[in-house]
Amino acid sequence: MSLMALREQLNGLVNSMFLEGLLDDQFEQLQMLQDESSPGFIAELITLFCGDSERILAELTKLLDQAVVDYQKVDAFVHQLKGSSSSVGAQHVKLACVQFRQFCEEHNKEGLKGIYFFRCLRALNVVKHEYYLLRGKFDTMLQLEQRIQAYESKQQI
Amino acid sequence: MSSYASGRGEQEIHVLAVDDSSVDRALIAKILRSSKYRVTTVDSGKRALELLTLEPNISMIITDYWMPEMTGYELLKSVKESSKLREIPVVVMSSENVPNRINRCLEEGAVDFLLKPVRPSDVSRLCSRMR
Repeated sequence: MSLMALREQLNGLVNSMFLEGLLDDQFEQLQMLQDESSPGFIAELITLFCGDSERILAELTKLLDQAVVDYQKVDAFVHQLKGSSSSVGAQHVKLACVQFRQFCEEHNKEGLKGIYFFRCLRALNVVKHEYYLLRGKFDTMLQLEQRIQAYESKQQI
Repeated sequence: MSSYASGRGEQEIHVLAVDDSSVDRALIAKILRSSKYRVTTVDSGKRALELLTLEPNISMIITDYWMPEMTGYELLKSVKESSKLREIPVVVMSSENVPNRINRCLEEGAVDFLLKPVRPSDVSRLCSRMR
């Protein structure tokens, strides 16, 4: 595939992610920060984000699996994930975390504990769904970037 | 490695960024380095204080508020209570817009409070506050 075609594919992918709301204007800020002196910045941030997110999702799954759920710990982890998704512009993931935290806060309502637990469980599944959807597209994005950068460095020789 | 240039002339401005999130550390470091600041990042208040005892020429500390073990507020207090460190300007960052929190930090001596996610325009307004 030609360099131009690769660039078009990458731009098309990123634009569609903005249009669908998977990414917000924080991601635009990241794009502006990436330049010739640091071509790997977005890849680095995305890699850190994915590593962090998967670690947190695993912890949350374990916590909600306990006989007695520690909602403070759950909330702390969701807060962390909300923070990092916000920093990379992962809008849908961030919003799913906001919703999840609301359910965490409400879990103590008298007589309705069971309902709130299931809402938390569902909220976790929504976060996972949004995260893995995003992750797939990030993977494609990074592969395209790598191919483009390989092409560009060959051209400079 | 520290450089031991004697004057500020070509000496870089060295900023210490404190955040338990690896994503946020990478982001704040990139933003600061784009403005040509030298940056060291640490993941806790405890490590920040350790570094501050060894590294005298820190021009600014930028710290997250919510961190396990030691919050950014507690770090701010420790810095302001230390005769050696109190002149270093401290900026606090938080993902939550809580007026009480912001006021407490400003009252304790923070020179600014940034809402996350941090972006280059937030950081550029800090340059006049650097020591």
